[in-house]
Order: sequence, then C-alpha cells, then structure tokens
Amino acid sequence: MKVLLDLIVGDPQADRSVPQTGMTARLTLFVSAVMAFLAVIALAVSLTTNRVASLWAEDLAESATLRLPADPVTADALLLSALDVLETTPGISSVRALSQDEQQALLEPWFGPDLPLDALPMPQLIEIVADGDGYDVDGLRARLTAQVPGAILDDHTAWREPLLGAASRVRLIGWSVILLIGATVAAMITLAAQAALAANVQVISVLRLVGAKDAYIARAFVRRFTLRAGAGAIVGVVCGALVLLVAPQGDAAGGLLLGVGFEGAEWILPLLIPLLAAIVAFFATRTAAFRRLREQT
Amino acid sequence: MIELDNVSYGYGGNALFSQVSLTLAPGSFHFLTGPSGAGKTTLLRLCYADLRAMKGKVRIFEQDAGALDRDAVAMSRRRIGVVHQDCRFLDHLSIAENIALPLTVSGRANEAAGNLQELLNWVGLAAQAHQLPPELSGGERQRAALARAVIVSPDVIIADEPTGNVDWDMSQRILSLLIELNKMGKTILIATHDLTMIRAAKSDVSARILRLSDGQILQAGAEL
Ligand SMILES: Nc1ncnc2c1ncn2[C@@H]1O[C@H](COP(=O)(O)OP(=O)(O)OP(=O)(O)O)[C@@H](O)[C@H]1O
Ligand SMILES: [Mg+2]
Repeated sequence: MKVLLDLIVGDPQADRSVPQTGMTARLTLFVSAVMAFLAVIALAVSLTTNRVASLWAEDLAESATLRLPADPVTADALLLSALDVLETTPGISSVRALSQDEQQALLEPWFGPDLPLDALPMPQLIEIVADGDGYDVDGLRARLTAQVPGAILDDHTAWREPLLGAASRVRLIGWSVILLIGATVAAMITLAAQAALAANVQVISVLRLVGAKDAYIARAFVRRFTLRAGAGAIVGVVCGALVLLVAPQGDAAGGLLLGVGFEGAEWILPLLIPLLAAIVAFFATRTAAFRRLREQT
Repeated sequence: MIELDNVSYGYGGNALFSQVSLTLAPGSFHFLTGPSGAGKTTLLRLCYADLRAMKGKVRIFEQDAGALDRDAVAMSRRRIGVVHQDCRFLDHLSIAENIALPLTVSGRANEAAGNLQELLNWVGLAAQAHQLPPELSGGERQRAALARAVIVSPDVIIADEPTGNVDWDMSQRILSLLIELNKMGKTILIATHDLTMIRAAKSDVSARILRLSDGQILQAGAEL
C-alpha cells in the first residue's frame, strides 16, 4: 500500500528531471484504455457463459423423463407400477404423468396440430423432478428394469455434457483473450518506455554524471507509465461497463448474447483491471529502464 | 583521493595514451595542460569513472574503479564535483534547478534552499536563477556548471576548461573560487589551455602542473 501511495504521489523533483513526452503519453493512455475495454467485454462474455451454462445444466440435472412402452394392453398397469417405483425413490421430489394434451403439444411442432393421437400407440411420458441432492440414477434404473419392463429413463446427460463442454470452451477462449490482452499491454508499454528512454539519452547521461542511481532514473519513467496505463485502463473499464449496462439485457438464462454482463460480486473483477494494467506497466517499464540504463554508460 | 596507475586508453583501437600515472593527494591542486586532442578530457573522464581504463588501474577513494558497480559509481560521483567542458545541463530545468540537481538526485533536495541562494550569489547568477540554460551566455553557463559541481560539497573538484568561454576578469574570478575551495581542503584538478591563468594561480596556490602530449604525461612548470 505504501509502495503504491509513494508511486502515485511520487517524487515531484525526480519526475521533473525527465521531460514530458506528449505523444507517447497520449498513445499509452489510448492503447491502455482500448485494451481495458476489450478485457471488460471478454471478461463479461466469459462470466456470463459460465453463469448461463450452469443454470441450464442445473435445470437439466434436476429433471428427467421416464418413457413407458406404447402398448395399449399393459399401459395402465405399467403406469401404476412406474409411479409406485418413482414415489418410493429417495431424492425425487415430484413425479407427474403427462396428459394426452401435453404430449400432443410436445409433438405438434413435428407433426402439426391435426395428429390423430387417439388412433396411434403413444408412449406415456412421466416427468421426474429431483430435489437438491438428486437420486441414485443407476439404482433407479435397476429397479425399473425389474418392475416396469420396457421403461426408459432419460436423465438428460446426453444434453448436459456437450453443453457444459461448449461453455468451458467459451470460458477458456475468454481467459485466453484476457491473457493476450495483458501480454499486448506489456509489449506496448515496453515499446513506449523504450521510445521514451531513447528520446532522453542526454538527460539520462546528465543525471548519471551528477550521481543519480539507476533506480532513481528508472523511477521517473516507471511512475509515468504506471499511472498512464492505470488511468487509461480506468477510462476503458468505465466505457466497457457503460456499454454493458446500456446494451439490451435479455433473460440471462435465455439468450446468452443479450444477457452479457456482470452480476453482484462479479463487478469486482472489472474493477481489478486498472490495477492489473498498472502492475503490468510497472514491471514492463522497470525491466525496460534497467536494461537500457545498463547498456548506456 | 584519485590515482591512475599505468593507465592506457584509446578510442577505436588506437591508443590515445598509455602507461599514464597520476596521483591526486587530498588537498592537492593540479593543472593539466596539453595540445587540443591530446586526451585531457579523456583523462578526466577516467578520473570520475565515466570511462574505464583499458589497461592499468584507476583508484577512486581507495576503490578499484574497474570493479565498481553502477550504484557505487553513482555514489563516488557524489563526492566528485565535475565541471564539464560542454557544461551538460538539463535544458528543460531552470539554472537554479540544474545547480541543485546533484542534491536532488541524492535525495537531499531539502538541503538545497539555503545553500543554493548563497552559491548563486557566489557565482554571480542570482538574477539568472530562473532562466533556462540555453538562455545563458557561455561564461554564465560555465559559472553555473561550477556551482553545480560544488553544491554537494565534494571532496574532489574536476574542472575541464572552466575558463574556456570567459574573459580575463571572469576567469580570474573562477580561478579564485577554485583556489578558495582548495584552501577549504578540496582536491582540485583543472584541465586548461590557459597558461596565463596557470601563471596567475602560481602566486596564490602551490599547484602541480602536468602536461599531456604524445600519449605521455610530464611534470611541467619550468617553462612557465
Ligand atoms: N567519444 C569519442 N569517440 C571517439 N573519439 C573520441 C571520443 N572522445 C574523444 N575522442 C578523440 O580522442 C582524442 C582526445 O580527445 P579529448 O577530448 O580527450 O582531447 P582534449 O585534450 O580534451 O582536447 P581539447 O583540448 O580540445 O578539449 C581526440 O582526437 C578526439 O577526437
Ligand atoms: Mg577537452
């Protein structure tokens, strides 16, 4: 904290000993702002994907469907024994056999409204909702095979896994983008610092001749670039946050692209971006400055 | 204080001088003369570790200059006041700030206030304190450089042509400033072409006069 405060307050004398360069200052601010803006968006996409994917996965994990064979003779008996098995399974909070109308509604998008359902052998569907802890899927399967021949339990694993896989890939891409942005900021600051050092060869040699240590000279540059990168990043984060707030917000669970943004404690993360930018700038400038000073007598 | 022991130096392969030895005892006063291009400035730069000897040893305050790290070089510069031939100021800072620079960079800026006014009066630059270096005349710049060299109260003062740009009166004033410093116990080394100044100094101070030419350093004096 003290180091940070010292850096922000700085040594006005040391700072004055190196002349200001308007061009590098403005460019550093600009690039840092743009990079911070992009980082905010990448972070928001990554976090939103995470949130939406886990919501979906949770929904899918909580519900399952039991399908009974379409045999008009045994249908009623099978339904009764299936309900019996399900109701005595711990971890299942509700069980409901879908009505004819509901089943018809499910088929309508595929076959149209005029489907003569009564004339067709239809498998009976039972909707199962698990409670928070879930139930023993394999155990339930075994009991169903024994007591309800032909019943098929679909616990939605087939849907959940590719969904979670896709979400984790989006998250990975998001974090890679953020890392690349960090590396770009480091590279850009290094270039800008080198330009500033090269422009001040005479100043540096005079400071050395009057007894300045490398650390003293480096500090003037380090302070400048750290503050510029931090300030630029603040501007970028504010712009990014405004864009996210102003952008149309859909139902977070529904449309991923519409709902991009931060929720609750997640807002702390974008606030860390300026700090990170400053830290990256601090080390990039310091490294560039010391290397340069060692090369110059 | 500073010792050169069989030192050789040259730029780009050909030796400028070789096997040159020189000892600056505490409180001594030396003049270094010689033709232009003989290597006077080069020799002085070796004395404040701005250059490293190619052969031989340079000792600065009992330390081997070749073995000093960068921070140690900076520390030794704080004990050596240098008036450079081309003055070397920071052109974006005022004369007062330039003179106070050695204090500023060693974290002693708070000591500058009282000292600085006194020094400005001593070198006659009180009126120019807030001007920028490029706005000063050559002689004014040289006096400012002298003031900057002495502000940290160094043990050794090395002056390269301190009277190169000034008239007779002013060179007498600068010389008497340096003699005054020597009387206070400072070790002084001055490179100069100005033989009249050396002659003028002889009555006030017991100075050794060295002549650098053809890569050799010789005790001079008889011909003056
Ligand atoms: N940085 C350098 N690179 C290459 N050659 C140099 C460099 N500095 C000086 N020289 C050469 O070394 C020689 C001695 O230079 P130096 O400045 O030491 O001479 P000097 O005795 O101080 O001369 P003057 O009386 O004109 O100031 C000159 O021939 C000069 O051209
Ligand atoms: Mg010279």
